[in-house]
Amino acid sequence: MSDLSLKDPAEPDETAEGEPAPRRKRKPIGWSLITIGVLVLISAALVWRRDGIEGVTEILTHDVTLFGGILPRVLAGCLLGAFIAEILPHDKVSRSLGADSGLKGLLIGTAFGAILPGGPFTAYPVASALLTVGADFGATIAMVVSWTLIGYGRAVAWELPIMGADFTLWRIAISLPLPVLAGAFGRFVYVRMYPAKKLAKKDDAE
Amino acid sequence: MSAALLIDLILWASVAGVGYIAYRRGPKVMTASLREGSWDFINIVPRIAVGVIGSGYIAAVIPQEIITGWLGPNSGWLGVATAVVAGAATPGGPVVGFSIGAVALKAGGGAPQVLAYVIAWALFAFQRLLLWEIPFMPARFVWFRAAVSIPFPFLAAAIAMVIGKP
Repeated sequence: MSDLSLKDPAEPDETAEGEPAPRRKRKPIGWSLITIGVLVLISAALVWRRDGIEGVTEILTHDVTLFGGILPRVLAGCLLGAFIAEILPHDKVSRSLGADSGLKGLLIGTAFGAILPGGPFTAYPVASALLTVGADFGATIAMVVSWTLIGYGRAVAWELPIMGADFTLWRIAISLPLPVLAGAFGRFVYVRMYPAKKLAKKDDAE
Repeated sequence: MSAALLIDLILWASVAGVGYIAYRRGPKVMTASLREGSWDFINIVPRIAVGVIGSGYIAAVIPQEIITGWLGPNSGWLGVATAVVAGAATPGGPVVGFSIGAVALKAGGGAPQVLAYVIAWALFAFQRLLLWEIPFMPARFVWFRAAVSIPFPFLAAAIAMVIGKP
């Protein structure tokens, strides 16, 4: 089934029309998927040896249900990312989230990540859209870290019921400064790793 | 109304909101974004199928007792370091890391260690990096972000030790 999407659908007509927003190049199926696939096969074989075929089908049924539930959200996330890449004005984004946006840019990235609805299916397309329209690594790191550590989605749906309110609230409180710190640290390292290419972020779009 | 439903509502309302802004810019802008988003979706589905449908198997075979055994309250900074490695090695998905964290807490794990474990898992669980982050984002950004995130579970554990919470 993995062969379906092997082709990179680089539609030349799409870029010809409408806004000249830089397109994110899509990746063909690569080593990351193969790694996961191999891990899954090994694990499934281990489950089969341990629990027999019932164990395998039980997990399969559960995960297929989960997958069915996630699919519409993945679509929503992809659309959200595509719309944001299209409608955000590049000059404004580079000014407020670019390499020279300072603490303010990190705070905006943090706030954005904290209020972003949805799961990884929204966070990463939107973060990718931000990079495309001119945010720097630092602000985007702040956004991703903020989404993962202080975003409410996973905390409300999973962490509160599983870990309990006490742990969850303290965990979030302790995490509050981390997105800004991670973004600042990212910027600090980035300008030293790539001193000349401060603005050459278009190379990254692959 | 369940939390998941509420989050779905907010999600789709956001899509509708930005979609409307795109439409105001002109139908062409909207259809171009729709097509772009749909292609992203079609491209990502096989990966997510493999990852989500398969992650149950990975979760079923990871040795939970070993992970929770490492996170004892007297394990100190070695325990924190172990927790960070264990968090990175735990498969992603919304449940696994929290479940193991909860088991570790109940089994008498130290709060700073469990905190470091949950935060490391949230920040750079390898399976989430490979399954979700790499397909959507430039690989260079993903590795860079994961690398600069490494100190932060330690920092969180240090804060937890200082304030004596959770």
